[in-house]
Amino acid sequence: MKLKLICTVAALAILAPAAAMAADTIKIGLMAPQEGVFTEPGNDGIRGFKLALNKYNGEINGKKIEWVLGPTDATPDTASRIARKLIEQDKVDFIIGPLSGSEGIALRDYAKTIPEKTIINSASGALETTYVDPAPNFFRFHPDGAQWGYGLGSYVVNEKGWKRVATIAADYSFGYTNFMGFAVDFCKAGGEIVEKFWLPLGSGDFASIIAALPDDVDAIYLGVGGTDAINFLNQYEQAGGDTNIIGGTIMVDQTVLTARGRAKEMLVGTPSSGPQADDWEDAGWQAYVKDYQETFPENERFPSPSLFATNYYGATLAAMMALDKIGGEFDEGQKNFHAALAGLEFDTPNGHIKLDDNRQAIGSIFITEVVEEADGGLHNTFKAKVDDVNQTLGMSKEEFDKIGLPSRDTPDCAALQPG
Amino acid sequence: MNGFVHRHPVWTLLVVLAAALVLWALIAPWPDGMEAVFGRKRIFLNAVFNGITLGALYFLVASGFTLIFGLMKNVNLAHGSLYLLGGYLGYEVAEATGLWLGAFVVVFVAVGLLGILLQFFVFRRMEGEDLRQTLVTIGISIVLADVMLWIWGGQSYQILTPEWLSGPVRLPLVTGMRGEGELVYLTFPAVRIAILVASIALGVLMWLALNRTRIGMLIRAGVDDRDMLAASGVRVQYVFVMVFAFGAGLAGMAGIVGGTFQSIVAGEDMRFLLASLVVVIVGGMGSILGAALGAVLIGLAEQLGSVYAPTYSVVLTFLIMALVLAFRPQGLLGR
Repeated sequence: MKLKLICTVAALAILAPAAAMAADTIKIGLMAPQEGVFTEPGNDGIRGFKLALNKYNGEINGKKIEWVLGPTDATPDTASRIARKLIEQDKVDFIIGPLSGSEGIALRDYAKTIPEKTIINSASGALETTYVDPAPNFFRFHPDGAQWGYGLGSYVVNEKGWKRVATIAADYSFGYTNFMGFAVDFCKAGGEIVEKFWLPLGSGDFASIIAALPDDVDAIYLGVGGTDAINFLNQYEQAGGDTNIIGGTIMVDQTVLTARGRAKEMLVGTPSSGPQADDWEDAGWQAYVKDYQETFPENERFPSPSLFATNYYGATLAAMMALDKIGGEFDEGQKNFHAALAGLEFDTPNGHIKLDDNRQAIGSIFITEVVEEADGGLHNTFKAKVDDVNQTLGMSKEEFDKIGLPSRDTPDCAALQPG
Repeated sequence: MNGFVHRHPVWTLLVVLAAALVLWALIAPWPDGMEAVFGRKRIFLNAVFNGITLGALYFLVASGFTLIFGLMKNVNLAHGSLYLLGGYLGYEVAEATGLWLGAFVVVFVAVGLLGILLQFFVFRRMEGEDLRQTLVTIGISIVLADVMLWIWGGQSYQILTPEWLSGPVRLPLVTGMRGEGELVYLTFPAVRIAILVASIALGVLMWLALNRTRIGMLIRAGVDDRDMLAASGVRVQYVFVMVFAFGAGLAGMAGIVGGTFQSIVAGEDMRFLLASLVVVIVGGMGSILGAALGAVLIGLAEQLGSVYAPTYSVVLTFLIMALVLAFRPQGLLGR
């Protein structure tokens, strides 16, 4: 009898939240890595999400915004599983996520199976996600990884005079994509890629690769992030390396710049490119940084928002603006929401954003350099800004398709060099 | 030795020739034909040396693991957490005092104490219950991982190499020749050499302690037949506590080593638990020599793989494990 009673209570407890979730709330599923190399980026992404939510005081048109965290480990199969759980079990209205490149491709495919729902990409930067066979209910409000790399190549050739480089990048979709943006521009400007290395994610020990680097290069391009980046720099320093470094977008992010230890000091003077510059003087950016710094206590955040926070922020802002436009009422199959999202054109803290026909952002790219502050901290200082970078990197679709999709062997540098 | 030479003159000649060949390959510059097959000598040598150093790190973690298993038949799945904890503590000590070597002592004692607590309060109560132990250790590792995430956060920590070990040193191994016959020597990070030497010394000491001392005798007896050892009047629980503390302390020290030439970050616990499992499975559960062999094999596979076959380097480790499991399921040196 007692057991029966307990069972009933338990069953009620499980059912109760479902009953409470009537139509007067909007439920968002937020995906962010909570284990593995992208844990800290994931946490900063969540901060960006909360900031955007706060702007609307957590409600749209009197409807309360609820959110559920879907923890991933930055792998595509977990991402699909978590997304399915959010949609089917937590019954969220739409998903904001994921963070990492391959996850995005997995969710694009998943999005096609749930045409009545919506996925707004938060930070994953693979090109294919919105370029190849895109899903009509999948939106990305930030430039992809290839766009983030654009402009850096010509900058190092023209401003720094570095023409021969060896490259080391992460062996997964974002690594290829971010590298492609750099390489296309670099090779077109007359640069030469001497040797390419691809590192498996989370491999930990890079000493042998470091030993294999050619000596006669002007610089090495590093396209790894998080713990891998720290390990690489640490071991590069121990091996006595002293070549110039060109940073991929995630190489010089706050997650790397705030790590404890000496290795990151090797990064001072490293040019890089990405969706933001920490000390950009634009008023909107400054206000956003201030908001970030004031909202979260100092020991629970980075000195200034990482690009993950900024991308999650932008994605969430877009979602809230679109929700606002439709008064928080979804119609059949969320058609009005999709239309509202597709029609958005707005200013994020890091530049003006509009979407192309594939629901992919056309936005601004920043060229930055790592500098040391008075207190010993590092940040990316603003060097140049390239506006309206589109997904085909300023080329026509035909030209761009001719280069091929990013992979270990694409783009072919020699084919792009002038003359 | 002499007897062997007399009995097998041909074999001796072959062994000496092979040794000379290896020595020559290590010391002299390579001819072009060989470079064509193995790539540049610098790369090959570096990969081999790095593989062995990485193996040394794996050995530090896995030797404690295998000792604990061999004696207590206890698969301690919280071993990776001890590694991570050692790394964090080592960072704090090294940061506060500036003593890199001092950190090893403090961490060995601190993590060893935690090992004693674990053995005394947890494992002693569930002796011989494999499934329960496995579940409890997984539970402990999850709790520890979260507590450490809470204290140290998610960013990566890197333990500073002391001045006298930072930067590269030149080894007397020729990797090539510059234009006018000037020899190019192999440079290698000093800290890695120190770690390699220390691990070998530790391995030899452990072997001596196991094979030449009274305590080692007790431990070996315990590995062979625990019940008989207890029946002969030895306070077997004390031996267990000691071995557990030692194994835990080793894992903690490995954390400092890992934090020095890689980095310490949440999630490394699982990586190193997996690594030590693979090492121990390849080498043979309960065998120190097996742990050393397995660690070097896995380290070499990872490093050579990362240079010569980057796509398959991750698979290589597990391929070795699968092969060992298929043809010698008790491990290379297991019984």
